Amino acid sequence: MKRSHLPVAYMPLVDAAPLIIAQEMGFAESEGIALDLIAAPSWSSVRDMLAFGRVEAAHMLSPVPVAMAMGLGGVKTDLSAVSVLSVNGNVIGVGRALEERLRDIGYGFDFADPVKAAAALAEVRSGPVVFGVPFPFSMHVELLRYWCEGTALGAGGIEIRTVPPPLMATALANGDVDAFCVGEPWGSVAVDQGSGALLLPGKAIWGFSPEKVLAVKTEWAESEPALLGRMMRALWQAGRWLAKPESRSTAGEILSRKNYLDVSPELIDRALSGQFTVSDRGEQRRVDSFVEFHHGAATFPWRSQAKWIAHRLQQSHEAAASPSLDEVARVFRADLHRSLLSEAGVDMPGASEKLEGAIRHKTAVASTRGELCLMPDAFFDGRIFDPEALD
Amino acid sequence: MSARLTVVVVEEDRDRAIAVVDAIKDTAECDVYVIGNSSALARKIAAHDPDIVLIDIDNPTRDMLEELTLASGPLERPVAMFVSGPAGGLAQTAIEAGVSAYVVDGLAPDRIKPVMDTAIARFRMVRQIRNELAETRRALDERKVIDRAKGLLMKAKGIDEDAAYALLRKTAMDQGRRVPDVAEALVTASGLLG
Repeated sequence: MKRSHLPVAYMPLVDAAPLIIAQEMGFAESEGIALDLIAAPSWSSVRDMLAFGRVEAAHMLSPVPVAMAMGLGGVKTDLSAVSVLSVNGNVIGVGRALEERLRDIGYGFDFADPVKAAAALAEVRSGPVVFGVPFPFSMHVELLRYWCEGTALGAGGIEIRTVPPPLMATALANGDVDAFCVGEPWGSVAVDQGSGALLLPGKAIWGFSPEKVLAVKTEWAESEPALLGRMMRALWQAGRWLAKPESRSTAGEILSRKNYLDVSPELIDRALSGQFTVSDRGEQRRVDSFVEFHHGAATFPWRSQAKWIAHRLQQSHEAAASPSLDEVARVFRADLHRSLLSEAGVDMPGASEKLEGAIRHKTAVASTRGELCLMPDAFFDGRIFDPEALD
Repeated sequence: MSARLTVVVVEEDRDRAIAVVDAIKDTAECDVYVIGNSSALARKIAAHDPDIVLIDIDNPTRDMLEELTLASGPLERPVAMFVSGPAGGLAQTAIEAGVSAYVVDGLAPDRIKPVMDTAIARFRMVRQIRNELAETRRALDERKVIDRAKGLLMKAKGIDEDAAYALLRKTAMDQGRRVPDVAEALVTASGLLG
């Protein structure tokens, strides 16, 4: 049988691993497909390639399809987020100027406590702290906003600007931004270049946030379910492989190749192992499952996750068209995920929505095979998001 | 609204920028500004209050323009990349030519079109030249690697140049790979073995 080639756009980041591994480790091949991976120069370009039909699928920031469904941003196309590709995986960091002021007041860079980090930042700032993020619709923005609202920083305590990660060092040096929130390997790159120090992992703010999704055009999902199913199964297998500790060094080697991330395997391993160097003084900090590709039904696109994003976007963008949040949340295709992956015997949660932030410890839940555990998903402030209880 | 259009071209390469600007100025009554890559791009663009912003589709700073689609102040005008509607086909052509355009909401298509047509033609030319250049460079690099691999084989096996090339080609065919890839592998391996 001739293999079907599927062009897929991605940004060269650690969390593109499921796509790269599916192709390189033969998971795509065993599904009879080949992923033609196209590294994109920007998130706008990823989105356009998908919208204009240059690619069939894309590695996408989870809020992008939600924002598009709400009429935000420059492009309107119906997209479906069919799988979550990665959970968590961002870091928040500060430039040298803020780092020095934080050290002056004795801040210990624990890389763990969001309340302490915010209090320290609030103490040393002289005006709003300007954060650089990769894209206006991103989990980076949502995590930053949620964090500052609930802490000493305060809702107006930060400003957010879009700066592509490769330009972040320049933006910090020019004083265009004071701090940043980026996906790995860019945080570790900043540390190694001596342009900043890491403050928090994204998961310290929300314990289980959907970071990147696999997005396809809705009309394509409906006309090519068989092909989509093969791609989703290959990605699910890749995620399971990535979750094995013994896969780590191989994964790092593959991702580090010139045609993928083109940075050293050691740098990539920091995200995969959760063992971080947070400043150029060499301070080491550990985070368990810093980025998750598999455990706790990581790939499942919960409608409640989409609803959380939609709810947050609605609060921050007046321009957002307001169809019901239920409607918007349907871009996270729990239905397709369930129907296309059940055939492969993947254990699926019984529900498509859950309370976000209610799980404090690994918890067994009702599932098709009865073996599924969900991972802790708490918000740092202990609040619980109930998708049924929105005004 | 003034009759003159304000166009901003985001382009780092000065010669390329001038080529695009000259062409646009010849076509339409407009003021054209060029901005290089900058870590404060969105603010610099907004300062010109443009009707149309043109940027190379491969420019990594494009994401900074996305903020322009979210006008937050009362004086700011939202821009959009037009995809649907009467100008949708134009956008598709533009993307294929390697230029992406952000246009102020409500600007009439007949005012956009002349500028876009020119920009598309220019960018297409630029892209073609760039592709040809890259292709030439790649061919040259491959040639060099093949020559080195031939040299290694001639020395190691005491064969002549033609025989060395024949061996490379046969190996490539047997393994279903390209000759330059086999040559590259040989050069790398020989470098490792020292």
